[in-house]
Amino acid sequence: MAPPGRFGKYGGQYVPETLIPAVRELDEAYSRLKRDRGFRSELSAMLREYAGRPTPLYYAANLTRRTGGARIYLKREDLLHGGAHKINNTIGQGLLAKKMGKTRIIAETGAGQHGVATAMACAALGLRSEVYMGTEDMERQRLNVLRMQLLGAKVHPVDSGAKTLKDAINEALRDWVTNLGDTYYLIGSVVGPHPYPTMVRDFQSVIGREISRQTAAERGRPPDALVACVGGGSNSMGTFYPFVRRKEVKLYGVEAGGDPDRGNAATLSFGREGVVHGMLSYVLQDGDGQISGTHSVAAGLDYPGVGPEHAFLKDSGRASYVTIGDDEAIGAFHTLSKEEGIIPALESAHAVAYALKLARRMKKDDVIVVTLSGRGDKDVQIIGHMDGFAI
Amino acid sequence: MFASLRGEGGLVAYVMGGDPDPVASLESIEAVLRGGADILEIGIPFSDPIADGKSIQAAAVRALSSSTRPRDVLEITREVKKRHGVPVVLMTYFNPVFAAGVGSFLDAAGRAGVDGIVVPDLPLEEADVFGKAVRKRGMDSILLAAPTTGEARMKKVVANTSGFLYLVSVLGVTGARKDLRSETVGLVKFARRFTAGKIPLAVGFGISKPEHVRAVIAAGADAAIVGSAIVDMVAQSAAGDGGALGRIEAYVRSLKRATLKGRPEAE
Repeated sequence: MAPPGRFGKYGGQYVPETLIPAVRELDEAYSRLKRDRGFRSELSAMLREYAGRPTPLYYAANLTRRTGGARIYLKREDLLHGGAHKINNTIGQGLLAKKMGKTRIIAETGAGQHGVATAMACAALGLRSEVYMGTEDMERQRLNVLRMQLLGAKVHPVDSGAKTLKDAINEALRDWVTNLGDTYYLIGSVVGPHPYPTMVRDFQSVIGREISRQTAAERGRPPDALVACVGGGSNSMGTFYPFVRRKEVKLYGVEAGGDPDRGNAATLSFGREGVVHGMLSYVLQDGDGQISGTHSVAAGLDYPGVGPEHAFLKDSGRASYVTIGDDEAIGAFHTLSKEEGIIPALESAHAVAYALKLARRMKKDDVIVVTLSGRGDKDVQIIGHMDGFAI
Repeated sequence: MFASLRGEGGLVAYVMGGDPDPVASLESIEAVLRGGADILEIGIPFSDPIADGKSIQAAAVRALSSSTRPRDVLEITREVKKRHGVPVVLMTYFNPVFAAGVGSFLDAAGRAGVDGIVVPDLPLEEADVFGKAVRKRGMDSILLAAPTTGEARMKKVVANTSGFLYLVSVLGVTGARKDLRSETVGLVKFARRFTAGKIPLAVGFGISKPEHVRAVIAAGADAAIVGSAIVDMVAQSAAGDGGALGRIEAYVRSLKRATLKGRPEAE
């Protein structure tokens, strides 16, 4: 048995001494509250009434017909309040923070979806929120910056390093270490020091539990394959986790293959073991251990680390990690929009693109569930630019 | 590491290795040593320094833009050790060590003459195996304690550090602060209860003025650590300010003077 906070050798708490009591306090509070009946019922009520759970499992008949292979289902996390799976976690951690007596919430955001979900949960729960966001990401996701502000969050531009998600996490950690007393760091993915990877996975596992229930009701057995995109890895971990012990279910994590000229963000495919943001995991880095710049058309996948539990699932062979490049993801963005009338987030479009390939290799009566982690409204501007629309 | 001090406080001065390039950083180090620093702390630049504030982040950016590699910093160390007998402490985040392989990194550090290593993102729990590997090679594994470190944990940290205990004086990241926080003096006295007679106590983060140095020494610290304020002057030097090296030397001298316990102030 691995010690708590370790997935095999991965995970851990590689944080400055100052933060150790804080991560311990969080670990204790979470361990206590996750078993607390009151907390659990409050959480499920908010997920139901505020976030909009359960989300549908939709049979994508047109997409399926197009490939001529396995039946493709979409787990519609894009229909949640805020337009992405992120709210599952922000409500969970927001409630936890409130029970811990914290009044100020800080968060990092890449694409802006976690920032928006944090701002929403905080507004609903009566907490102050401040969000760190790289200036590069602020530029490409301006709409989400505005949404956060409308929701009452303060957005702090981060101009250090690559000016993207990893730098926003660094800045949030620096804020946390400075303001430990009243501040709760609400991390948006299954990354960071223990207990975050476990806790965020638990909050996101509602996705996989619903898939399990929904497929069991429809065909009496689990799906044959699950496909989800992996940046930090929270929607995929939440999708996979309830199925990890059911070996007959194949798990596919789809990383950002990026662009041959501009690089990638496929940490599990091209990274090596390393320590960043408080965890031992796979990391995109150079030979000296300097963290690499990454590229993906999807800001939410543009991250050089990955959740330590994914690193463990990769090494153990339980899950497979594959890549989809910018072009293929953009192709799938258009395909899903036209075939099913669903505009996916560019992040989720990576999963859709892989599922289209996978379906062709599988039997007609097999079932693939793709987690559609978010909707694509935030990306319409980016796609419009590519297609020559001035917006 | 503090063997040369007799009845006076020590001054640990920090310079980022390779800031703004390896040759120039050696000049800054010379200035710091002319000023009378007792221990030199050299940083290895890292792309994601979570324990550092703006000054040292900027130093890392400068050093990395001149392609400074960990091996260059060890080369600088070797040169400093050749010229001066001063103890050298290496400050590095864990990933550059991990990427090189802990064993081979430490072998190289040992060969370069490094006396001790501080890894700010390797707390007690993760530092166990690492600390043993450091000590096995005759170097000190220097652990940090913080304002949030309670009594029980402080005992463990003190028992596991070697060379000295690095006490982080404030909640937050590195960076020069105008005033010494009133809690710092209490914190030093608290830590002193655990280190006295066992291991030297050095206090860093936010210390930037002679009066800060004097106050922490008077509170019972064996040494003060000053980094960001020096690094800010290195930045001026890097920007072409020809007088900056002289100012670094004079500044370090004023800090060193403040460590002289029981002597009347010369200023």
